[in-house]
Amino acid sequence: MLKVKDLDVYYGVIHAVKGISFNVPEGKIVTLIGANGAGKSSTLKAIAGLVKSKGNIKFLGHDIRGKQAHKISNMGISLVPEGRHVFVNLTILENLRMGGFNKKHSELEPLYEKAFELFPILKERANQKAGTLSGGEQQMLALARALMSEPSLLMLDEPSLGLAPKIVAEVFDIVKMLNSKGMTVLLVEQNAAQALKIAHYAYVLENGAITLEDEAKALLNNEQVRKSYLGEM
Amino acid sequence: MKRNQILTILSIILLFLFLWYANNNLSAYYIRILNNTAIFLMLAASYNLINGVTGQFSLEPNGFTAIGAYTAAILTLTPAQKEAMFIISPMVPWLQNLHMSFFPALIVAGIVTAIVGFLLGFPVFRVRGDYLAIVTLGFGLTIRVVSNNTISITNGPLGLKGIENYTNLWWTWGFAVVTLIIIMRLINSEFGRAMKAVRDDEDAAIAMGINTFKIKMIAFVTSAFFEGVAGGLLAHLITTISPTLFTFFLTFNLLIIIVIGGLGSMTGTAIATILVVWGSEILRFVEQPMHIFNFTIPGIPGMRMVIFSILLIVIMIFAREGIMGQKEFSWDSLFKLFKTKKVANK
Repeated sequence: MLKVKDLDVYYGVIHAVKGISFNVPEGKIVTLIGANGAGKSSTLKAIAGLVKSKGNIKFLGHDIRGKQAHKISNMGISLVPEGRHVFVNLTILENLRMGGFNKKHSELEPLYEKAFELFPILKERANQKAGTLSGGEQQMLALARALMSEPSLLMLDEPSLGLAPKIVAEVFDIVKMLNSKGMTVLLVEQNAAQALKIAHYAYVLENGAITLEDEAKALLNNEQVRKSYLGEM
Repeated sequence: MKRNQILTILSIILLFLFLWYANNNLSAYYIRILNNTAIFLMLAASYNLINGVTGQFSLEPNGFTAIGAYTAAILTLTPAQKEAMFIISPMVPWLQNLHMSFFPALIVAGIVTAIVGFLLGFPVFRVRGDYLAIVTLGFGLTIRVVSNNTISITNGPLGLKGIENYTNLWWTWGFAVVTLIIIMRLINSEFGRAMKAVRDDEDAAIAMGINTFKIKMIAFVTSAFFEGVAGGLLAHLITTISPTLFTFFLTFNLLIIIVIGGLGSMTGTAIATILVVWGSEILRFVEQPMHIFNFTIPGIPGMRMVIFSILLIVIMIFAREGIMGQKEFSWDSLFKLFKTKKVANK
């Protein structure tokens, strides 16, 4: 579904992503794991059109590299940004409305229903400002908001960041459940253990380059990965 | 829904009844202040749209007001008047012979300003935050320099004189009410919500598929249009305009108004406009020579601004969001207030 080839991202003189290539097949969860500054978020931002990049990004057969971000979003790629980034001064309902910005008014009602079914906590607080939600609830809202545009590819940037372990498990359960209903997911995580548990395929990023790739289950048992990312001595 | 609309229409009628009374009974001084209030309300409301609602810290209103004022004034002056006035160098012939009545001149002023705003938007919205403020500040200065030097269009530092005094309470308040209605409708529309989303988190808004450049442009061009019209009204109220009239001071006054009222709240803007415009009239005495016991303090020009600055500091400390924050007045909340009071009385 998504094919990335020789992707380069530069911030001025800093070469953040160094010619990486990977595939996200339809209906799968693919994860990019790696330490801080490995270039994971830059990769997602490049795909979403938020930063300039070089190389080749193909989505459903169309070349999307260099397109404007709102056009890429309209094609069916939805990004849940790192650190949630909900609109704190808008209500939850308005946040969801923004997620479905490219939808017609008549299409919205069933989408709200769907979001509230998935995240009942949001329904109780529909008219509350998003800034009053807890971190976990904001992450749920960010997820629900990203789903409003009915994407065919969902990109999650560090969904576990700053959340209690219990909430992290909840978020990952939801991602897994979405995937079982057919959603393709590209997941970027520092929490490698959690990510590898739900993913089908994984890439390990180090200093902007892919050093390892395999089935997620195989990587869970990989000596090198266990040492570097799963905290085993 | 119905009830609220009726109440809104009733209060607008009440406002115009008051204006009718004011027009017939109050002195020219008070009518002038009422006119000023309406023009500043237009300026502040449209400034708040870009600065408060969309969160783009720009400092352009003095430039836009100048463009509107000059455009409208050039259009309503008769060819004979222009010929007599342009003594340094004659006016460009096609402008010299252009003549219109007041209302179309105001609309053209708005449209010309909106076009300038549209063109300015392309370079301006490539930058964010402080840079945006600096670029727009530069634009205001540029307009001033240009109006000083394009002598065959603006008559340079001599300014334009003898502009017909068309502006009256009906024009100013009519336009102010229309401006507020249109801006409120815009804020409550799909675009308005997107503007607030851009203010809260521009990156997330982009990721949501919102074309933030377009959204910012809509806000900017709308506010440019109304600032242009307000400039035209101002020109026909004071009847003499020159480049020195549209300094950064004007923008600064508007900034005080929208910060005191609450960035993003039109209700707050209305309250703050009345406070600042009437306040600066009431505070005139502090600039007069004062006798306290046996001491005589000479009049200090600019003393009022000191008081406003102190007021601004106090607001920054104790009510950082301004009078209204981001809240708006609504009939529903008013009725709710009464209801809870009644319950409390029982």
